[in-house]
Amino acid sequence: MTTNSLTTSQGAGRAGDKVFSGATLAAGCLILAVLFGVALFLVIQAIPALVAPPADIQGGHGFFAYIGPIVVGTLIAAVIALVIATPVAIGVALFISHYAPRRLASGLGYVVDLLAAIPSVVYGAWGAAFLAPQISPAYGWLASNMGWLPIFQGPASATGKTILTASIVLSVMVLPIITSLSREIFLQTPKLHEEAALALGATRWEMIKIAVLPFGRPGIVSAIMLGLGRALGETMAVALVLSSGALTASLIQSGNQTIAAEIALNFPEASGLKVSTLIAAGLVLFVITLGVNMIARWIISRHKEFSGAN
Amino acid sequence: MKATRFGRNAAIAVLAVGALALTACGSDNATGAAPAATPSAAAVKVTGTLTGIGASSTGAAMDAWKAAFASANPGATVQYSPDGSGAGRKAILDGSAQFAGSDAYLSDAELATSKTKCGTDGAINIPVYVSPIAVAFNIPNVKDLKLDATTVAKIFRGQITNWNDPAIAALNAGVTLPDLKVTPVNRSDDSGTTQNFTDYLAAAAPSVWTDKAAGVWPASLKGENAKGTSGVVKTVTDTPGAVTYADDSAVSGKLGTAQIKVGSDFVKISAAAAAKAVELGKPVAGRPTGDLSIKLDRTTTDSSAYPVVLVSYHVVCTTYDKKETADLVKAFESYVVSDAGQQAAAGSAKSAPLSKALQDKAKAAVDSIKAKA
Repeated sequence: MTTNSLTTSQGAGRAGDKVFSGATLAAGCLILAVLFGVALFLVIQAIPALVAPPADIQGGHGFFAYIGPIVVGTLIAAVIALVIATPVAIGVALFISHYAPRRLASGLGYVVDLLAAIPSVVYGAWGAAFLAPQISPAYGWLASNMGWLPIFQGPASATGKTILTASIVLSVMVLPIITSLSREIFLQTPKLHEEAALALGATRWEMIKIAVLPFGRPGIVSAIMLGLGRALGETMAVALVLSSGALTASLIQSGNQTIAAEIALNFPEASGLKVSTLIAAGLVLFVITLGVNMIARWIISRHKEFSGAN
Repeated sequence: MKATRFGRNAAIAVLAVGALALTACGSDNATGAAPAATPSAAAVKVTGTLTGIGASSTGAAMDAWKAAFASANPGATVQYSPDGSGAGRKAILDGSAQFAGSDAYLSDAELATSKTKCGTDGAINIPVYVSPIAVAFNIPNVKDLKLDATTVAKIFRGQITNWNDPAIAALNAGVTLPDLKVTPVNRSDDSGTTQNFTDYLAAAAPSVWTDKAAGVWPASLKGENAKGTSGVVKTVTDTPGAVTYADDSAVSGKLGTAQIKVGSDFVKISAAAAAKAVELGKPVAGRPTGDLSIKLDRTTTDSSAYPVVLVSYHVVCTTYDKKETADLVKAFESYVVSDAGQQAAAGSAKSAPLSKALQDKAKAAVDSIKAKA
C-alpha cells in the first residue's frame, strides 16, 4: 500500500514507519467505517417510515408529502443565510488580508474566529429573545411598503420569529467559517501576481479584481459550501428562533421549517413510526449535505491548478 | 507539607459532607414522617436501582422525588430518562424499564400486551402529577379576562383576530379591550401540554375545534409557535396581543391568565380547582383493579373545577419477577403519591397535589404490587 522506496533508515526507524503508516491507515478506515455506519443506521431506521401506508405518517399524506415542504424550508433558510453572509465575509476577509494594518488585521481575524466559538444555543437564545422582537417593526414596514412582493407579503408576524430572522441568525453563524477560509486563501495569492498587477498601473481594487479574486475563486466556493453545510445542519438556533409552520412564500410571516429543527423539536416525545419518520428526515438531510459537498469538490477540482488549497 | 495540608483539607471536606448528609437525614425524618411511618416502607429496607423512562413534563417533579427518595433510602437510586411518554410505555411493555412516566394512560391494546411482562393482571396506571394549564395572554393594561371554551378555540384557530372582538367583549363586560391583533402562540415541540389543551378544546368546543387531540399542534393552523414552555411564555411576554397555553407555574405573575367558563361561572386557575377536576374524572372502564386511569370530564359543569389540566401517570407492573424490584417500586411510588411526595412536587414543579381521596386510592394501588411467588 505505502511507498517505502525513499526509506533509508533501518531497524527501529522502519518499525516506527510501519506503526505510523498503520495508524494513519486505521484512522482513515475508521472515518469511512463511521460514515458508513451512520448511513446504514439511517437507512435501516428510516425504512419503516418509507414503506408505511401514507395515512400513518404525520400529516396523513405519506413521507414525501411530509418531508417536501421541510426540505424546501431548509434550503430557503440556508440560501438566504449565504446570500447575507457571503458578501460580508468576503469583504471582511479582503479587509484583513489586503487593507487593514497588520496589527489590526490579526486582532480582527481573532475576533471573527471567536464568533465561531459561540455555541449555537446562545445564538438561538439571542435570536429569539433579542433579535426577533427588535426586528418585528421592520417586518411591519416591509409588509406595508413592499407587500406586493410575494416574499414580503403581509400580515407580518407580530413576534418577528420568522424564517428571515432565522436566516439572519444563521448568516452570523456561517460568517466566521467563510471569512477565515477566504482570508487564508487571499493571503496565499502569489506576491508576483499582485506586484505585476500594481506595476501595470492597477489600483488596489483593480489588483484585487484581476489577481486576488480569480486566484481565490475555487477557495471561496469551497468556503461557501462549508458554510452551506453548517447552515443546512444548524439545529438549535433555528429551533429556538423560528416559529415553524406550513411552507410559506412570505419570509416575514411565521411558517416554514427546517429538517434539523423538526427533528430536534419532535424527537424527545416521539415513538414508533414517528421516530422512523424523523430518522428518515435525517437521512434526507444527510443526502442533501453529501450532495452539497460533492458539488463543492467538483467545482474545486475543475480549478485545481489555481486552488489555494494545494 | 503540601500533602499534609491537602490531607487536612480533605478530612475537613469529608467531615463537612458527612455533617450535611446527617442533617439531610435529620430534616427528612422530621418533615417526611408521613412516608417513613407507613409500615410497608419502614419495614422493608430497599436497596438497588430503579429504572424509569417516560414523559419530560414531569421532569422537575421527578428530580425532586429522586433526590428525596435517595436521601431517605441510602443504597437505593432511581434513574429516570425523560425520553417521552411513548418511549416510556414501550419500555415498560418490553421490560426494559421498571416503571414508565406517561402523559396518557395505557391504551387497551397496550394493557393486553403488558400481561406478558407484568403478570396476569398486567400493568396499572397511577396518577402522580397534576398540573393546571393556563390560557395566558399579554394585553397591555388587561390582567384579567373571562373566556369560554368556544372563544378560546376560536382564538387559537385564528377565527378571532382582534382582542376587541364582540365575542370576547360579551364575556367581559366592563373591561376595556384594546384594538389589538390577536397572536396565538403554540408549542412547536411535541408535548403533553398540547395534548391536554387540544383534548379540552375538542371536548368542550367540538363545533369549533374539529381536530383530534394530539401532542403536535395541528399543522393546518396558522399561528406562531415557540419551543418548550419557557419559549412560548417568553414569546408572549415580548409580544403585545399574544396568547398561549402553558403550565400555570411558568406563567404566574408574568402574564394575565384567563378565567375559564365552567357551567355558569368563570373559574380562576388554581391548584385546588385542578385537583378537583381530576377528582371529578371517571375511572376508565374495563381496567384491572388498582388501575387509576382517569377519563377527565372536560365538559364538567361543576364550577369548583378547572378542567384544563394535565394528568401524568406512572405506569407500573402489578407483578414483578424479583422481590427486590417489587419492594423498590412500592417504596418509591408510595413516596411519590404520599402527601410529602406531592408537596415536594408542588414545591419544585408547582404542580397541584393529588386530593386526599385520590392519594389514598393510589396508595392502595401501590400496595397491591407484588413479586412473583
